[in-house]
Amino acid sequence: MFVVFVINHCGFLFSVEKINQILEPILTINNLTKKFGYLTAVKDLSFTINKGNVYGILGPNGSGKSTTLGIVLNVVNKTEGNFHWFDGSISTHNALKKVGAIIERPNFYPYMTAEQNLKLVCRIKGVNLSKINEKLEIVGLLDRKDHKFKTYSLGMKQRLAIASALLNDPEILILDEPTNGLDPQGIHQIRKIIKDIASTGTTILLASHLLDEVEKVCSHVVVLRKGEKLYAGRVDEMISSHGFFELKAEQHNELKTLLENHASFGNIKVEDQLITAFLNEPMDAPTFNKLMFTEGIILSHLVKRKESLEEQFLQLTDNTEA
Amino acid sequence: MLRLLQLELQKLLLNRASKVLIFISFILPFFIILLSSIRFNVFNYFTLEVGHYGVFNFPIVWHIMTFFASYFKLFFAIVVVSMIGNEYSNKTIKQNLIDGLSKKEFILSKFYTIVFFSALSTLLIFIICMLVGLFYSSIDEVHLIFRDIEYLLAYFVKLVGFFSLCLFLGVLVKRSAFALAFLFVLFLLEWIIYGVLAWKIDEGIATKIQNFFPLKSIYKLIDQPFQRIAISKAPNGQDFLYDFAVHWYEFAIVIAWTALFIFLSYRLLKKRDL
Repeated sequence: MFVVFVINHCGFLFSVEKINQILEPILTINNLTKKFGYLTAVKDLSFTINKGNVYGILGPNGSGKSTTLGIVLNVVNKTEGNFHWFDGSISTHNALKKVGAIIERPNFYPYMTAEQNLKLVCRIKGVNLSKINEKLEIVGLLDRKDHKFKTYSLGMKQRLAIASALLNDPEILILDEPTNGLDPQGIHQIRKIIKDIASTGTTILLASHLLDEVEKVCSHVVVLRKGEKLYAGRVDEMISSHGFFELKAEQHNELKTLLENHASFGNIKVEDQLITAFLNEPMDAPTFNKLMFTEGIILSHLVKRKESLEEQFLQLTDNTEA
Repeated sequence: MLRLLQLELQKLLLNRASKVLIFISFILPFFIILLSSIRFNVFNYFTLEVGHYGVFNFPIVWHIMTFFASYFKLFFAIVVVSMIGNEYSNKTIKQNLIDGLSKKEFILSKFYTIVFFSALSTLLIFIICMLVGLFYSSIDEVHLIFRDIEYLLAYFVKLVGFFSLCLFLGVLVKRSAFALAFLFVLFLLEWIIYGVLAWKIDEGIATKIQNFFPLKSIYKLIDQPFQRIAISKAPNGQDFLYDFAVHWYEFAIVIAWTALFIFLSYRLLKKRDL
């Protein structure tokens, strides 16, 4: 319990590094290919999902995210390659009983109440019915459990889907565009639920094209474009970058020449009075500030930043543009 | 197996439309037969008592009851095609698979439900036949009562076969209304092929071939009983030649179709991306 507490306060990336020590594969994908007629939706894709990490699958619309998830979730047939769940000793449909997944829209029987729908899921997964109230409580639908599914708003439907995915206390939670089509409140609610689940150490695989969403919760990403893998690994190692400084100073030109001649800096960009200097090697802000001071340059503005996921993502997808 | 049956029953019995249709197809014939066995007084002009025509006597009661009751299967056919159609339109089939049901289990849960309701219906018909038969017949010898009981088995196989066909059509076209339309088209097609064959070759061979077609073979399990009643009333009934018995090869054909339909439903679903 103490660990969880610490995690909540130190941000999620930290906790992942702790748990990451034990590499226990949950999902292994090898050279997976899916063709729809002439269109290749997924091309020779390989990656591994390990226990305890929060993964994001990033990619523009139509990049093969949902197809990949569909294949591992037993609803889309693969063309070539293979995948296995856990250590590969159980069949896919039995493995799925230990997985919680929501893809695209929430699919339930409209004429059944929330409770009846979850009861059905319990029967499929072989889970004790007593879990129903517990999970409805988590997503805040306990008071609406006797209402029919068709009377629910989209946000409620999505929350019910999350409750349903959690019924079996899954080893991994797969979410495909969980906030798609929701209003700001709905998005906020879903994100909060996801963060709470992540903080308990559950492995999560989140497919999304909303980069800030992925950035907020994921430690690892797989970046796809047109069915091909561009990158798989840690978010902070996505591009080899030491970050950059945003600077302003009275002695604008001196600062600029100094930076241009300094070995630690590569690319220098100037926008109005703002100088952006990209680092070639690690350097922290105090060191830099000290350096400037000894050079007699007094900074009026100093910010050290790393590229946001969005910038990294765009850089990655642009660089590999055919 | 019980788990799969339980799953499907939950899906069906919580749906008002299927509940009504199940009632119509299985419970209603029960009442109709009961009512028809009661003496009717039509506006004081004449009394209609179906029982007087000997239709409720053993052993013919087995034949007549199963023949008429089997028409009510059309209502349950709607349930069967809609239990596939709804899964597709609600996309719950996708969710079921994601939740850990295999495609094989999905088809099996539907098939078990078909077998369950067919068995239930057969049981109901058995009960009603016994009630009506014992009331109207003077026969009390056990072996005479249970003579011709193979009609009951034929009834069961007939229902399972017909619903399996509906299941296959449901999986094939994914939409209930289209599946029912397809069923009708198949019916027409069988008769058109029969017509062409009878015209080009000869009627005897055409009939023999037609007896292998899915709908016709299912129908053929229980032949129409009118001629049999006529024969029993006619003074020298033996002159009429009419084969109304249930034959083993008729069973074999229908069982083969049933197996094929279930297998094809599974194959179709397995090949499909949802």
